[in-house]
Amino acid sequence: MNAALTISGLDCFYGEVQVLHGLDLELRKGEVLCLLGRNGAGKTTTLKAIMGLVPARAGSIRLGERVLTELPAHEVPKAGVAYVPQGRRLFAELTVAENIEIGLMTRKRGKAVRDSVLDLFPLLRDRLKQRSGTLSGGEQQMLAMARALCVEPEVLLLDEPTEGLMPSMIANIRETVARLRERDVSTILVEQRVDAVLPVADRVAFIENGRNRETVDVGRLREDPGMVRRYVGVG
Amino acid sequence: MAFFPHLLLATLEGLVTSAVLALTALGLSLVFGVMRIVNVAHGEFFMLGAVLAWAITTAVGGHPALGFAAALVLAPLIVGFIAWISERLVLRRLDYNPEATIVATIGLLYIIQQLALTFYGPEARPVTPPFNVRIQLPWFGYSGYKLSIIAASALLLLATWLVLTRTRIGLVMRATQYDRETAQAFGIPVGRVYGAVFALGAMLAAIAAVLIVPIQQAHYLMGLDPLLLSFIVVIIGGLGSLRGTVIAALLIGVSDGIISVFFSPTLAKIIATLVVAMVLVFRPQGLFGTATK
Ligand SMILES: Nc1ncnc2c1ncn2[C@@H]1O[C@H](COP(=O)(O)OP(=O)(O)OP(=O)(O)O)[C@@H](O)[C@H]1O
Ligand SMILES: [Mg+2]
Repeated sequence: MNAALTISGLDCFYGEVQVLHGLDLELRKGEVLCLLGRNGAGKTTTLKAIMGLVPARAGSIRLGERVLTELPAHEVPKAGVAYVPQGRRLFAELTVAENIEIGLMTRKRGKAVRDSVLDLFPLLRDRLKQRSGTLSGGEQQMLAMARALCVEPEVLLLDEPTEGLMPSMIANIRETVARLRERDVSTILVEQRVDAVLPVADRVAFIENGRNRETVDVGRLREDPGMVRRYVGVG
Repeated sequence: MAFFPHLLLATLEGLVTSAVLALTALGLSLVFGVMRIVNVAHGEFFMLGAVLAWAITTAVGGHPALGFAAALVLAPLIVGFIAWISERLVLRRLDYNPEATIVATIGLLYIIQQLALTFYGPEARPVTPPFNVRIQLPWFGYSGYKLSIIAASALLLLATWLVLTRTRIGLVMRATQYDRETAQAFGIPVGRVYGAVFALGAMLAAIAAVLIVPIQQAHYLMGLDPLLLSFIVVIIGGLGSLRGTVIAALLIGVSDGIISVFFSPTLAKIIATLVVAMVLVFRPQGLFGTATK
């Protein structure tokens, strides 16, 4: 078994509007798979479907032996999937410490995990009592990452983690992703900007109109930059 | 009676009203805050608490304090259970749709009311207070039981506040309130939280009713007033704000007591309604609420 997560034939709807049309996607163990696609292509919806936040009308999502599409949403993180939503979605009224405690909800012995996560983001240590809504954009993204890592995930879903950040913060996030790969965490990374992902991604999947058009190795992409333009419209 | 003792008496009466109102309104506010549901049947949970208190004290017999203690524990538990069942059977199936749940809780209101009429009857029945002590003040004697209502309510409000702000369960409730979807993504079983919050809201109303029934009598239509007053308190205080709820309940209760004693109860109601209208016009999020996202 080489796949960490397998999506096959996934159909998702918002009300009567179909957004994902038989989407197939395979995330290999320990890789960073990047999803690229235009606005509205269905990248966020794919991640929400994995988390069980959008129901699958057809198709399945498997995590190893477990079928995620049969679990209630709150069981998905317990199965080992963590999520950094688009726009971060911190609990703005709650403190940094409380946001982290929510990340630890699925963990029995949270203390050790909490310490090791805070070691990755030492800046947050000084701000534990601060309301998370008052953090800077970069700090908020760190907290969103920290909260997700508290789940101790096998599979990590990152939805545009570099959105609106300055270059040094983007490098910081990229470094964290690379470090997690060394620990065998498999990651799905949604990004708008290709140059932001090329250094960390192993493979890239092009999402268009709720379908996975093609999954290619990053090497292929470097040889054929026209590919990005075809699917995403920018390069 | 001279002015000051008169004022003190009115204030004490107002505080008793406030104490019961704060508990009832807090239940309504919690349910709306966390679940975004306007529970029109809230007053009926209050009524059920009072009716059950009568039934339990009658069944237990013996010293009044014995039956009252049993009622104080059992009535809220039974009401909480009924609320929990209604949440599972009705609200959950409507997927907590805001409009549909208003209609559904109106239905629940009539079902509970008619069941009470069928099994309890149309009479107003008294419950004997657990103790009869008069506290002698320099100007007049005052019911010790009424003072104990104020104390009990203050303790319960404090306990609720501690649970909400200092415990894991409280954190789970607040996270669900702020962002249901993200809470789920971190393993919070939102469905179970909703069931528990709805039950807790009903239990707060039931406890308030058990506390007040020795001075007010149980009746199957008694749920209407607390429902309306709770809405007023919640609108003035700001939805989902515990501090706002308590302050608004004090404001409404005490001013109601004073205006009723010195002028007339009708004037007190008119003023309360006017205040609500002013708040809705000038500060729709309530005096202590934060503007909603
Ligand atoms: N809650 C919702 N209700 C109805 N339609 C929605 C909802 N969320 C997303 N959609 C629609 O589903 C489609 C896919 O949206 P999705 O958020 O998955 O796109 P995306 O690829 O993440 O886009 P972006 O790059 O802009 O984040 C879009 O057409 C969007 O308008
Ligand atoms: Mg998106």
